[in-house]
Parts: sequence; C-alpha cells; structure tokens
Amino acid sequence: MTKKLAALDVNKCIGCMECMFACSRRVGRGGFDKSAIRVRSAGGIERGFVIVVCRACENPPCARVCPTGALRERRGGGVILNEDKCIGCGFCAQACIMGTIFWDNEKNKPIVCKYCGECIDYCVHNAIGMVEVKGEA
Amino acid sequence: MRAKDMNRVLYIDLTKKDNKIEDREDLFDEYLGGTGVAIKLLEEECQKGIDPLSASNPIIFAVGPLTALYPSASKTVAMFKSPLTGNLGESHTGGRSAMAIKLAGYGAIVIKGSSDLPVYLAIHGDEVKFKDASSIWGIEAVAVGRILREVEPGAGVRTIIRIGRAGEKMVRYACAVCETYRHFGRLGLGAVMGSKKLKAMVISADKSVEIPKEKRKEYKKVYDEIQDVVVITDAMEKYHDLGTAGKIYDLNKIGGMAYKNLESASAPEEIAREFSGENIAQKYLSRRVSCAHCPVGCIHLASLRELYEPGYYFKTSTIPYDNETIYALGFMLGMKSAEDYLRLIDVVDRIGMDAISTGVTLAWATEAYEHGIITKEHTDGLDFRWGDAQVYSEAIEKIVRMPNEFYQNLAKGVEHVSSVYGGRDYALAFGGNEMPEYHTGIACYLNNLTGARHSHLDSAGYDLDQKLIGKEFTLEEVVKGLLKEEEWRQILSSLVVCFFARKVFTAERVIKALDAIGIENWTEGKLEDLGRVIHRAKMDFKFREGFDLAKLRIPKRIFEVPTPHGFLKEEDVRKAIEIYAEMIGR
Repeated sequence: MTKKLAALDVNKCIGCMECMFACSRRVGRGGFDKSAIRVRSAGGIERGFVIVVCRACENPPCARVCPTGALRERRGGGVILNEDKCIGCGFCAQACIMGTIFWDNEKNKPIVCKYCGECIDYCVHNAIGMVEVKGEA
Repeated sequence: MRAKDMNRVLYIDLTKKDNKIEDREDLFDEYLGGTGVAIKLLEEECQKGIDPLSASNPIIFAVGPLTALYPSASKTVAMFKSPLTGNLGESHTGGRSAMAIKLAGYGAIVIKGSSDLPVYLAIHGDEVKFKDASSIWGIEAVAVGRILREVEPGAGVRTIIRIGRAGEKMVRYACAVCETYRHFGRLGLGAVMGSKKLKAMVISADKSVEIPKEKRKEYKKVYDEIQDVVVITDAMEKYHDLGTAGKIYDLNKIGGMAYKNLESASAPEEIAREFSGENIAQKYLSRRVSCAHCPVGCIHLASLRELYEPGYYFKTSTIPYDNETIYALGFMLGMKSAEDYLRLIDVVDRIGMDAISTGVTLAWATEAYEHGIITKEHTDGLDFRWGDAQVYSEAIEKIVRMPNEFYQNLAKGVEHVSSVYGGRDYALAFGGNEMPEYHTGIACYLNNLTGARHSHLDSAGYDLDQKLIGKEFTLEEVVKGLLKEEEWRQILSSLVVCFFARKVFTAERVIKALDAIGIENWTEGKLEDLGRVIHRAKMDFKFREGFDLAKLRIPKRIFEVPTPHGFLKEEDVRKAIEIYAEMIGR
C-alpha cells in the first residue's frame, strides 16, 4: 500500500523543527539544507505553525512541467525524482504552489519528499504522520 | 562544514561598519563553545574598568558543539559587561537563536563599537549587512519583530533579536527580545545594545554540519538515545504540561515564595490558587511552543481577550508566562488576579525590560512609598499600591521616559535606587542583581550571592534547599554542593544545552555525543576540570572588575522572614561565604 507523509494536526505542532533536522540527518547532515519538510510560523508564533511538505498530489503539476522526465508520477500520488535526468531548471519548484519543493544549492537540484517517514519518529506531539494514499488499489 | 570545524568567530565593528571572520580553533578546541569560549573572548575584548555603556563594551554571542546537532542543545550564551551590576554580564536564551547562529556558520559573534545612527544587522550566512534602523527606533520590541520578518529573508530558519524602548533609553535592566517570546532577560543586554544604537539583529541559517561518514551510524544511535531520554524523563511532563508555572503552588505552600517584597514567603491560599500553573493553563493557555530543536515545548503562551473601549472594541493579546515572571510581576507586586499579571507582562515585554528586575524594583518602590521614604513628588503623582496593575503599568512607562530624577534612579535598579533614597534593608538585590523568586533556605541565597551571574540558575540553590528539607547538613556540604553544581553547569552552557535537559546530558552522554560528531578524546575528568577552569575564569573577571566576597551586601529582610528551614542567620551566611572563598582560593 502506498503511503505518504501528511500534516495530521497542525495545532499540535510546537515548532521544534525536529522533523526538519531528522530529514537532513538521513544524509549525515546536522541542519536542514537537505530537508524536504519545513516548519515556519504562520506569521508570528502566536498564530501557530505551517508544516510545508509534499502532499503527494494526484496528477502532480511538478511532474507535468519537468522537461526531462526526471520527476515522474508515483503510483497512487506524489513523485519520484531521478537526479541523473534532472537539469536543475527549477520548473518543478515554480509549479508547486504549496512551495513544498525545496532546493539543494550544492547539487542545483530539487529536494522532494521521499515519503520515507523518518521524520515522524521525531514528532513526539504527533503533528505529522504517515497516511495511506487515497485511490490506491 | 564538519562539526569540529565550526570554530568561526564573526567580529563586527559598529563604529566602522566593518566585519571580519576568524577561525578560532584554539578557543573552541580547549573551551568547547558557549560560556567557555565567551568568557575567553570577553577577556580578550573587554578592557578592565570600562564603562558598560561605552563603545568599548563588547557583546559576545556564543553557541556550542552540540548546537543544531542534538535535541535540547538549543541555547545561546550572551556575554558582556553588565550595566546593572558593573560586572560580568551573562544571559542565555533559546528561541531560534542558537540554531540560526550555528547554521549561519558561526561559533560566536563579537560585536564592538557604537554606531552613529540606529542600525540593525542582517546576517544571512556569510553576508553581513548594516542596515539603517532610524525608522524602527522608538518602536516597541514586538512590532520590530513583525516589521523585520517582512523585510528580511529566511522565514522559519532565522532568529530576530531586538530591543524595545527600554534598551534605547538604556534602562540598566533592559532585555533583548528574541522570537517575541524569549529573552536575554537578565543583567541589561538590551541597554548595551541601546548604547551601541543596535536596534536588532536578524541572523539566518544557510549551512549544515556534516557528520563524518564513519561516525554517521553512531551519531544516529546517540541522537536517538538522547531523544528518547529527553522525551521520557520528567522534563517532558514537568515543562511541557503546565510549564515552569507548574511549581508555583507548591513553592508557595512550603513557604519559599517571596510575596510583596518578601513581606512574607507565602501568599494567601486564594492568591496561590489564582497564580497556579493549573489555573492559568485552564483559563488562558492558548499554545505551547518550543525552541528550535527541542521536543519539550516548555514555552507557554496565554491568550488574553479584553474589551478596551466601549462599542465592542476587543483586543486579544498573546502573552508568554513563566514561573519567574509570575513571581516578579505577580507575587512580588501583590497582584490579585492572573489577568492583571498577564497585562503587566505584556507591558514589560513590549517595552523590553527584564521582568524580574522590574518586579523587584517596583516592589521596593511600593514598600518605600508605604514607609514614606518615597512620596508622590518622587512618583510623579502615582500612588504605588500592592496589586494595582494600572499604576505599575504607568510606572513602567515612566521608568523608560524618566520624567524626573526618581525614575532615572529607578531605571538603574534596586541596588542603586535604594542607595539614593534608603530602604536598603528591603532592597532585594544580590551582587547588584534583583533577586529571583526563591526564599527556600541558605543555599538559594548563597547561590544569589556567590554565583557568577547572581542568577538562580548559577547553582540552583533553590533546588538544593528543597532537597535538604528535614535533613541534617553542614555549611561545608552546602557550599561544596553548590560549587560542584555551578562548575558542571559551565560545561552544560558551553555545549550549549538547556538546563531543563540537564539530567539528560550526563558526563557519559556528553562524551558520547561529542565523539559521535567527530570531537574526540573528552573524558569525564577533562570535562570536570574544564568546568572548574571556566568557572574560575568568570570569577577572575569578576574580581578584576571589583567583586568582593567580603563586602557583599545582604539585605536584612531575608533574615526577618522564615524559610522552609526556619529563620536564616546572617552569621551562617557570612561563614558560608568564607568557606566558599576558601574553596575557590580567594
């Protein structure tokens, strides 16, 4: 069954950024310049937080604008990136109005969520979690 | 960048509007970071006897080797010469400051000089810009944050440190506000920034720390162990549920809470219930948030909805509340309702003053007014009375505006103002710093008197007092216990980890955590030695600047009100200070 990462309850988010750190830790980095998830305040901490992460759209606009086929649609929703094919044009990031495609400045390639769920182990307040993708057989 | 290479120090000269970056491996290798590195930079940059409000006073911000790499390593250390005490100034804050400084690529930032016009610093990674702050000069701390959020990049990965009007006017206990709800509260960093015409700093992250390939497995293992312990220790429950306010009721119940300028050490039951963490949470808690990279989420925000004008003009304010501010602006000022207390915090935060010093100074003023030492002529017409939030709000405004000599003196803290008008016996400052909340026994006062910062967090005397209730102990044991704790805390604040996670970061775990990021060869013995070295370096600075253990003023009031251990005796406190002097070789 295909799963994706989702913001389950943004009201539970305390803005600790542990998800962001967990994501970059997968590649041996302390920080978040390799992270595919971001948390920021919704215009001042008093308004709470916004969790920005790929929502694994059906028929994803980012894949549709990729000129080289580096981003292809994942079965059940979302995308898979083939870095070898990517030319770093950035169209995908522009096409995502949710702003969930981040940029790897070292590689000049997009950073897209792999739906691996590593980050959720560190969300002790259960703001994010894995959910099954709708419509999957 | 590798963890062991995160040694860059950014030097900023506000006079010349210039900056340079230096690699200070020498300092970080030997002193880890945070407090350890900051005191060494202070030794280098702060000449003996300088005026704390002159251009030559440096401001040093330092983070540590664990910053951005482990949970709850979330604090930044600021060091400077304090305009309040005229001696060592050290203040810590969380928010997003530590993460932002470290991932902008710095281990420390040193700010010297003084600008001719108001400026703010925009530090985005390696890019450092001096920007004109004339249009935000005179604006309250909260609004400055909102304005800079919009004009500067780095949303979500930056810190915004700024001062309010109190800092600009150099109120000696002005604070620097960080992420709206956190503060470099104590000892007057805000006034030092104000004296330099430095209104704010925006620092944003653009880098990460690379863990050596051969260490990655171990790093994840150690990280997970620390994360698990942070989450399962009592820290989570204690600090997340009700927050620091959770202990208010019990502290009052044992008679360890200073009430109305320590007229007594226990407020009436209904007051204690009103200010209990439970009551405030139920009525006002609107959100719990955390510092960057800390799962605890101890920051408690209250929501206060008020009708401020007839005709359905409501305003809703978000106000942070904490144990210490409940003491200083609630108990010390004899407040009767939590709502009034929240209103006062809002005033203090917007104007940018340290809540503890403000509360204690106003508490002294109220008592002095009761005794007739201070009259309406001094107060510019205000009728200081316990529990009158409106009058206190106006007084806070006057402390900043300084309409007369009395308020100019009040803006210099309780040590100073009582030296002018009298009322010394109940002027509750230690080493020139207004006292923290505890009246728990001899250990908390030894902490206040001998601690390097005169902050309750120096050696947690309040904690030792409570552990000793009902037990036999000698003065030597108490002093030894406090000194050992203060020395170890130098390590915690050099790494830099939050003291709320102090039980998580045992020496054994610290060594493992350092090793797993490629900083090797630390042992428990080496850490303990370093803790002592850093503590002594701070004390050396203090003595150099005129600190004298034999001449410490002890307000009589603390001997007139029983603690949970009974009445304290001055001779015992003096004797303990002598023991302390001997132990540190002074």
